[in-house]
Amino acid sequence: MASIEVNGKTYETDEEGYLVNLADWNAEVANYIAQTEKINMTDQHWEVVNYLREYFEEYQIAPAVRVLTKAIGKKFGAEKGNSEYLYGLFPYGPGKQACKIAGLPKPTGCI
Amino acid sequence: MSEIKKFMFVNRKAPHGTIYALESLEVVLITAAFDQDVSLVFLDDGVYQLKKGQQTKGIETKNFSPAYRALEGYDIEKLYVEKESMEARGISEEDLLVDVTVLGRSEMGELMDQQDVVLSF
Amino acid sequence: MLHIINKSPLTNCSLDSCLRVAQRGDILLIEDAVYAATTGNAFEGRVREAMGRFRIHVLQPDIEARGFAGRLIEGVLPVDYSGFVELTTTNKTCQSWL
Repeated sequence: MASIEVNGKTYETDEEGYLVNLADWNAEVANYIAQTEKINMTDQHWEVVNYLREYFEEYQIAPAVRVLTKAIGKKFGAEKGNSEYLYGLFPYGPGKQACKIAGLPKPTGCI
Repeated sequence: MSEIKKFMFVNRKAPHGTIYALESLEVVLITAAFDQDVSLVFLDDGVYQLKKGQQTKGIETKNFSPAYRALEGYDIEKLYVEKESMEARGISEEDLLVDVTVLGRSEMGELMDQQDVVLSF
Repeated sequence: MLHIINKSPLTNCSLDSCLRVAQRGDILLIEDAVYAATTGNAFEGRVREAMGRFRIHVLQPDIEARGFAGRLIEGVLPVDYSGFVELTTTNKTCQSWL
């Protein structure tokens, strides 16, 4: 089993770097994972990551990108509810990268 | 774009004793990406999948029941429950965690006949 | 529409549910569901009553394997494997009741 170390604490991850335990997540771990993905976390990034945490809390699944895009647009304004914006923040895919930073499992069936 | 087809997923198994319910839900969520006309049917023990208040901590399995409430966000809004199956299990609409359309057995059969693809779980 | 059942009606409710919900069409009994099509079984009455609304088929190799080839309910239509394939192609949709 792989792991990452943040501020002297060890966190279990899968071989792709997703946190194994949802409850392990905190802002420092999120920043650390973001760095490994070469992402500098801004307020805009946090909006998406925090939304993903809320969504998972409510439904126990990570949303499909299409569903995430629609929901972000509804919540934060139409200018943010499109894939250009989200891919601008997370170039390798909002599903894959933002979920990883949010400490969620890798989305199933992510397209 | 290709022609939209009517897909029906028929769920007839209780949620935690076997993997069918979870597998069906995962296929449904993936199918949602293809913009087809999707209906979900809950028959027999399948109606137990929609029971409110499921707590799986004690059996150490994933509680996937909250995900049925996410279906609306996936534009999957056609959920049908057979009246006779609910009655046989002492369940009413208020016991269910999502809004559904309740159909009698023959209406359900007619709906099934109108589909292009029927998948059983 | 073709409904395929593969469980004995005496241990599993698939055939019962199919007869309750479906309105018409073809029913094909395979594997352990073929017991439903035998005379003297507790489900015989239901099968006979359903013959008014459905064409009921049974997979011959499965009924032979179980020693009931001589005890088919009258009116049940035996099919071989190619008949099975034909049923799936002549019907627009097909549902395997699990």
